[in-house]
Amino acid sequence: MPQTAADDSSAAPPRGLSLRGITKRFGTFVANDAVDLDVRPGEIHCLLGENGAGKSTLMNVLYGLYAPDGGQILIDGQPQHFANPKQAMAAGIGMVHQHFMLVQVFSVAENVVLGREPGSLGALDMRAARSRVKELSARYNLPLEPDAIIEDLPVGVQQRVEIIKALANDAEYLIFDEPTAVLTPQEIDELMAVMASLRDEGKAIVFITHKLREVRAIADRITVIRRGRIVGQAEPGSSEAELAELMVGRAVSLTVDKQPATVGETRLRVKDLTIVNPAGAVVVDRISFDVHAGEILCVAGVQGNGQSELAEALLGVTPVSSGTVSLDGVDIHSLSPRETIAAGLGYVPEDRQHDGFIGDFTIAENLVLNQFHRAPFSKGLSLDLAAIDAFAQSRRSEFDIRTPDVSHLGSSLSGGNAQKVVLARELSRPLALLVASQPTRGVDVGAIEFLHKRIVAARDSGTAVLLVSTELEEVEALADRVMVMYRGQIVGIVGPQTPRDVLGLMMAGVPYEEATAPAAGQQEVSS
Amino acid sequence: MSAPVPPVTEGPPPTVAVRRPRTLRWRELVTSVAALFLALFVGALLMVFSDPAVASQFAYLFTAPALPLGAAWVKVSTAYSALFIGAVGSPAALVETAAQSAALICAGLGVGLGFRAGLFNIGAQGQAIWGATIAAWIGFTFQLPYGIHMLVAVLGGVLGGAIWGGIAGFLKAKAGAHEVIVTIMMNYIAAGLMAWLLTTAAFQRPGRTDPIAPEVFPTAALPSLFFGRLHLGFLFALLAAAGVWWLLERSTIGFAIRAVGANPAAAATAGMSVARTTITTMTLAGALAGLAGLMSTLAPGSGFDPVPVPLTIGIVGTVGFDAITVALLGRSRPLGTVFAGLLFGALHAGGLAMQSLAKTPFTLTTVLQALIVLFVAAPALVSTLLPFLKQRKAPAVAAALPAGASK
Repeated sequence: MPQTAADDSSAAPPRGLSLRGITKRFGTFVANDAVDLDVRPGEIHCLLGENGAGKSTLMNVLYGLYAPDGGQILIDGQPQHFANPKQAMAAGIGMVHQHFMLVQVFSVAENVVLGREPGSLGALDMRAARSRVKELSARYNLPLEPDAIIEDLPVGVQQRVEIIKALANDAEYLIFDEPTAVLTPQEIDELMAVMASLRDEGKAIVFITHKLREVRAIADRITVIRRGRIVGQAEPGSSEAELAELMVGRAVSLTVDKQPATVGETRLRVKDLTIVNPAGAVVVDRISFDVHAGEILCVAGVQGNGQSELAEALLGVTPVSSGTVSLDGVDIHSLSPRETIAAGLGYVPEDRQHDGFIGDFTIAENLVLNQFHRAPFSKGLSLDLAAIDAFAQSRRSEFDIRTPDVSHLGSSLSGGNAQKVVLARELSRPLALLVASQPTRGVDVGAIEFLHKRIVAARDSGTAVLLVSTELEEVEALADRVMVMYRGQIVGIVGPQTPRDVLGLMMAGVPYEEATAPAAGQQEVSS
Repeated sequence: MSAPVPPVTEGPPPTVAVRRPRTLRWRELVTSVAALFLALFVGALLMVFSDPAVASQFAYLFTAPALPLGAAWVKVSTAYSALFIGAVGSPAALVETAAQSAALICAGLGVGLGFRAGLFNIGAQGQAIWGATIAAWIGFTFQLPYGIHMLVAVLGGVLGGAIWGGIAGFLKAKAGAHEVIVTIMMNYIAAGLMAWLLTTAAFQRPGRTDPIAPEVFPTAALPSLFFGRLHLGFLFALLAAAGVWWLLERSTIGFAIRAVGANPAAAATAGMSVARTTITTMTLAGALAGLAGLMSTLAPGSGFDPVPVPLTIGIVGTVGFDAITVALLGRSRPLGTVFAGLLFGALHAGGLAMQSLAKTPFTLTTVLQALIVLFVAAPALVSTLLPFLKQRKAPAVAAALPAGASK
């Protein structure tokens, strides 16, 4: 256990981890262009950049997953060469992955020792594994039950297991790859506290994110990467607007310029809706709400509290157990997706790659994925390729879908452009109701601004919009009303000006009245 | 996440211009041709070492290398030239190749259609058995005028295959049964039912105790086009290929089939019915396999007497299983399937010549077929064994892309 005292810096060989001139190309595309980055023991270094800026590529180089085309990795001044993650781990680099690398049906202890199981002659020494977990969780103040099964644990606790797993490997350099994407605001605060205490223990931390608020909360140093190049360092005290401008290279308005809603008649009416999932759990529990023409109702909540099922049930891919759903007075709760789409529903699925997009289809085909069987895209059984192509060309220019040609495969698009394809598909016909889940997840700031404008434009044309989002920024920017869900129930429907900490508490199930009571206001550590 | 996003407004043109036409097909064609030659090479080795006369010469490899190498050369060149001549060496050989390929193409189209919908349809054999059985029954039971009788028999066979395939699709779509298991089991059931039917009064030839049906009436036979052996079925196969191409590339049904095959979750979200598409696909696949099967009982037989062979238990041979290899080699595309069917038809036709002229067992052609598909299924193996393909391939691929773009 090589320990590192809090440094007092700048001796001849610098302590810590240094990247020097790292270059990584994919074909002609330069993902990392002579990137320099230093992280010293006892500091949190934020690597801030849009999606696709090259953050993950850089970390994959560092973690031994990609071989760099140029440059050097130095640890305490010594050049390193990692051919695979195993060598990187041996050198003290640990990664907390965005998508946890845990075996869901194994216990905490089994996961922590996975790959280097203690014991001899093929016998697994579970006692040693358990005591290792206990020792680490006590030392770093990360409470964990060694025998708990991963799939039973909340996401925040699973992440703790990932952290312990890296620490069990004697990691001195911890990379957190977008760690907050799946957490509640409270869990984010806890994670921040953990990161701060690891720093105080002398660990060096690289924190990858594109969320400005978190950067400002915890970073000791901030490096901004754009299009594969380091574009600058920022002070932890910089404003969100300054950071955003550095990140995207121009000033960005994070707030959407929108008129107050001119609310019309009720278009969507949900009454006593209950959904029981195939496993028999009640995931949506007798909820009732309305959405009117010309308003955006945001469904806020931590992922997994019934929002996804609600959206899927409105479309018709998830069956409704009881209750009614009516759209413009017509009951749609038992209709198939094709019928609800025909009834005027537009749908942006939560998981674009999985549900909204076909990578092996051309961009043009993706743009007509749910309209191909109707005029003008087909006559009888025959597709009208010319009409499909013409439509795709017009969508490409209107939505600024960046591709050389709409006959290219969908998989050639970046995440933001793929999402533009999905929104272009849904927003190009008159809609009674738009159900959009996480419409800007994984989309860079520049594209977010554009997509938000399009959603507001749909609202202003009289569409009722139901927007499911776990990003409070997005909720604040778009919502005319906010409906908070927790464990399948509605905690409350509140105005768009509701403070973020109140929303955070409501997302943890605290009713509005209690959340706004003065006693509940106090928060845990946040550096 | 790790996929780089191209810089769009500056620098070189954007990345990865994956166009569906050309590049993929070109690479696949190169791999397929390379696989053919690798298979022929391995087949040559097998021939040399399995022939005791040639193998015994290898005792002299170091003292008199000319002896074993010469013997090996004679052996291999005789066999392969017989194969070549038997397959494409004369008009009669070409006709034989085409005749052999007709059923393979049809059944291969069926299996390939399933692949495109993400279905691994192993059931072409059972579907072909129903095609053969029902077509033959109509052929020997009813007496109808020329033309009409043949059409009715063909439709009956196609329908039989379609129903058998449709049942598998229905079980998959509505009961969640895996299509591989269902279709394999339905192959056994079809074979067993056919064997039983051949013992019933409706099927068994009067005065016989063995399971053989009466000959079909000449009115039901597929008319010969050329040299006796080439029959209307070959035309049907080409029409079927064109039809499947239109279906997949130009029709709304094909759009749904491809969408369900590529991403069933996205297809369902976009309002397509995965269940209905599965049933439709399996029904169409069964119809195509049925068309293949009925050729064994309605097409003219070999030899000087071109009349259809009467229905017996093993009449369809292994067409349903060969169809899987045809579809794999043809990459589940109609044109590819036609070429793959022709190639395997040529191997069949040439294999017969090889057996009689070069005393090489016919089964070698089966081994060659298997090797070809094996090499096609493992493109990495081909480019490892033939590293020069990589270099040759790369510029060709780049040339087909828009300028500046590359993978």
